[in-house]
Amino acid sequence: MIKPISAKEIAERVVEGKMFVLDVRNESDFNDWKIEGKGIESINRPYFDLLDGVEEVLEHLPKEEVVVVCAKEGSSKMVAEMLAEEGIQDVYYLEGGMKAWSEYLLPVKIGDLKDGGSLYQFNRIGKGCLSYLVESNGEAAIIDSARMTEAYEDFAKENNLEIKHMIDTHLHADHISGGRSLAEKTNATYWLPPKDAEEVTFSYEALEEGKDITIGHTKIEIQPLYTPGHTIGSTSMIVDGQYLLSGDILFVDSIGRPDLAGKAEDWVSDLRDSLYNKYNNLSKDLVVLPAHFGKISELDEKGGVSAKLGDLFEKNSGLNIENEAEFRKAVTENLPPQPNAYQEIRETNMGKINPSNDEQREMEIGPNRCAISE
Amino acid sequence: MSIKVDQVLDCKGLFCPMPIVRTKKAMDQLEAGQVIEVLATDKGSLADIQGWARNTGNQYLGTKEDGDVLIHYLRKANPDEVKEATKFEHTIQNDELEKALDSKNDDMVILDVREPAEYAFKRIPGAVSIPLGDLENKLSTLDKNKEIHVVCRTGNRSDMAAQILTANGFEKVKNVLPGMSEWTGPTENDEGGNK
Repeated sequence: MIKPISAKEIAERVVEGKMFVLDVRNESDFNDWKIEGKGIESINRPYFDLLDGVEEVLEHLPKEEVVVVCAKEGSSKMVAEMLAEEGIQDVYYLEGGMKAWSEYLLPVKIGDLKDGGSLYQFNRIGKGCLSYLVESNGEAAIIDSARMTEAYEDFAKENNLEIKHMIDTHLHADHISGGRSLAEKTNATYWLPPKDAEEVTFSYEALEEGKDITIGHTKIEIQPLYTPGHTIGSTSMIVDGQYLLSGDILFVDSIGRPDLAGKAEDWVSDLRDSLYNKYNNLSKDLVVLPAHFGKISELDEKGGVSAKLGDLFEKNSGLNIENEAEFRKAVTENLPPQPNAYQEIRETNMGKINPSNDEQREMEIGPNRCAISE
Repeated sequence: MSIKVDQVLDCKGLFCPMPIVRTKKAMDQLEAGQVIEVLATDKGSLADIQGWARNTGNQYLGTKEDGDVLIHYLRKANPDEVKEATKFEHTIQNDELEKALDSKNDDMVILDVREPAEYAFKRIPGAVSIPLGDLENKLSTLDKNKEIHVVCRTGNRSDMAAQILTANGFEKVKNVLPGMSEWTGPTENDEGGNK
């Protein structure tokens, strides 16, 4: 008998468990993007190579437990049945396949706010995207929302929160923002940096320095800080004087790439100024909360991703390039391939095109690739 | 464009793994060298059918799109094709033919004897298509005074075609070696695009 395993259970294994994965997608999909984690071991055998039998792959698998994954579920079920017949004890297939894994959000509590309320990180582990929910006195603000907004809606319902603000730190190129759609649904205000919104087809509230956002009665302050570089509008946010939501400007192990709007050369000096001057003048005790993680090793034991700003100024190589020319070289020549369909994603986030749900899903496939390479 | 094939397999509405499972079953029933057309709506079938063909040694010819439907073309591998030595004595190498093409000789004809689906996706510009199986019935369409360069994928079908031609009184015939599998010169396809 084969059994389903949910994306949620996979997340638990990735954060603190063990798992042996047989990935039956084709080789290029596997090489591009797969389930990773400290205790995760995986091998790839396309299902179409196993149509005549699984004997060949059996010797590479543990006898006790194997999790079979594919793109959508169908092929993993077929291969799982074959493995079960060959006597492997516990054979699981990933429910909904890599599609479901890519869409799962793990909520992780980051900490409490000074006058009550708290801050949560929603980790989209499968894609490396991080979003945030700040709550106080029954009100919530969501920052850099993923396309799948059910996770935030369910969380708000369970905790009796009214979603008042949806905020994007910049116009995203790696994923479709859920900010506008959830704002419409909940009558919340949708905030976007105006310099990233010049071509948008909808109305929004301008996210600018000085326009502090308050939630709850205890005046939790969300202070926007203009930090261009990844995009021309990129805006960081300081929450409650404790947390620095750095968007795609600063990550734990890397820094943002400036080229996804086709302006790498122009934006390099903005990026440098944001990191080396603006961030450098902030309190080094701020906890940096980026919009992405790059490597699974950045996750802590609860599945969260964060670091003290002071520590990053010591350890993050992107913050330690003294020479300006070298910095320019590092961020313009060290670029990984661009995210899948990034132009279409930007146009969707501007409201210029309206792809169907399935098309949006297809566009988001693969890793986020918003950082420069190591 | 419609391409002549030996079998059409409808996998529309089926999800992974079914398009590939059905394709494999259908290919098992085909004779070596026959061509199948697979209709599928699962977008993932494109990468998977290419991977499957590569790993099984079958020949993936190409894919057309018609609205939401992907139309894949595959040719069942003939295990002899790569091994069998060619017998026809007059041959010309790919690179020599490529140079000869540049001279724009009006007396030269390129005869492509592969299946229509192979020809549709990639051929030498201006090549005439007569699949090997049809050649004996279509000899009258060819001009005996012209130099006929016969090409296929790896030089075997064209070898046989060249022998048929000489047996029927054609004197200026050359077999192109190794053929389209390693052709690096200009090509065209049914969409009209040159690569």
